[in-house]
Amino acid sequence: MKRPGTVLRLAAPLKVFAQRFAFLGLVAIAVGLMVLGKAEAPLVERVRMIVVDAVVPILDAVARPVATVAHVSERIREILDLHAENVRLREENRHLLQWQAVARKLEAENRSLRELLRFTPDPTATFVSARVVGNAGGSFLRAVLVTAGSRDGVTKGQVAVTGDGVAGRVTEVGERSARILLITDINSHVPVLLESSRDRAILVGDNSDRPKLVFLPANARPQIGERVVTSGHGGVFPPGLPVGIVVATGEAGVRVRPFVDFDRLEHVRLIDYGLDGTLPMAAPGPTSRRGAK
Amino acid sequence: MTPTFLQRLDLSIRQSAPVAITLLVAILMVVPLPLPGYMELAPDLVLIAVFYWTVHRPDLMRAWAVFLIGLLQDILGGGPLGLIALVLILVHAAIINQHKAFRGKSFGLIWAGFMLIAPGAHIVAAVLAFIVADAHIEPSTFGVRLVLTVAAYPAMAWLLGRAQRAFLASTADE
Repeated sequence: MKRPGTVLRLAAPLKVFAQRFAFLGLVAIAVGLMVLGKAEAPLVERVRMIVVDAVVPILDAVARPVATVAHVSERIREILDLHAENVRLREENRHLLQWQAVARKLEAENRSLRELLRFTPDPTATFVSARVVGNAGGSFLRAVLVTAGSRDGVTKGQVAVTGDGVAGRVTEVGERSARILLITDINSHVPVLLESSRDRAILVGDNSDRPKLVFLPANARPQIGERVVTSGHGGVFPPGLPVGIVVATGEAGVRVRPFVDFDRLEHVRLIDYGLDGTLPMAAPGPTSRRGAK
Repeated sequence: MTPTFLQRLDLSIRQSAPVAITLLVAILMVVPLPLPGYMELAPDLVLIAVFYWTVHRPDLMRAWAVFLIGLLQDILGGGPLGLIALVLILVHAAIINQHKAFRGKSFGLIWAGFMLIAPGAHIVAAVLAFIVADAHIEPSTFGVRLVLTVAAYPAMAWLLGRAQRAFLASTADE
């Protein structure tokens, strides 16, 4: 009976020592990875997207039934609201027909004026549609994973839009998946202009639902309800894409509610405008590019 | 009697259930649900799973496994690599350190323990995210997510308890 006792007496501190060592080793590796992530961003990004590529099929398989359930509940709600919706749509249709007439007239006028000016039209854009399968980020980031990657022609810097407006930009690309940084993320800077006043500004995310406008000209008086569109400065986003509307102009800064409903983001279009799109995070201030065009 | 190969295989599959389940939770947490605010407010079920298994079966939830679970979350989430991994190993070490305090305690006391550990873990994560990635998180978002995480513990613990009985009832608790 003496032997096991001795072994146990010896083994216990050894075990504690091994556990301590493992703990400290893992802490050191974690800290090392954080440093590496800062220093060797491209390498870390490649490794990251390899893992994401491997997991995306699972996410896709799970996201589909979730989307189906969401659709069914949506469908039921739609059926319940059918009458009211119909009235609203008729009203909207009447409005849109008026707008269509206006648009036709403006299009014709625009064409003839362009001919007069020998205007070079914007390059035509190509796009890829992708399904959103992951809410990347948790509390610190606003990003999503989509099921399209380099094999579908997705490249870094492409613009992600939905039918409602701008959702974000492609920041990481894997073989069959990509990560999109949403315009509400703290690292997102979108050069925009206020549609009616034509004042330029930068839309900066702060991880809340309401990104804010900064670098507005001192004399700008943004109105609540004013539409915000991309300005095209900096060469990342093409001009004129709808972004959101101004919802607050108080002391806390000018806040914009994006048109895109990020809680129900299901599909996005990744658009290649032929812009290089690899601009560094800090976009140029609105004044520095005045008169550049 | 020495166990046959199949018995050993069966045992090792059963014993990997805690880590496998937690990895699955980490992957499923990324799937977007069309609920308002789900993206930023979804309860931290991975933290619950790591906590649960470390308390109940520390022999099957080792530090290196916890590290890998955190790393997967970091990779899928796109946050700073190593951040959640570090937070989870700290949580794991804290529980192992206080293992006597949790040993054989009632559900209520273990939940109370989680109420102490969860805020600590989220505060460390927020501070690290601020230092490493300059990311800040709104206090209201932080608070609501924490409350939801603590509130989700009983339901999640019940599910994990079912899994524990299903997979591990035959294997002895160390």
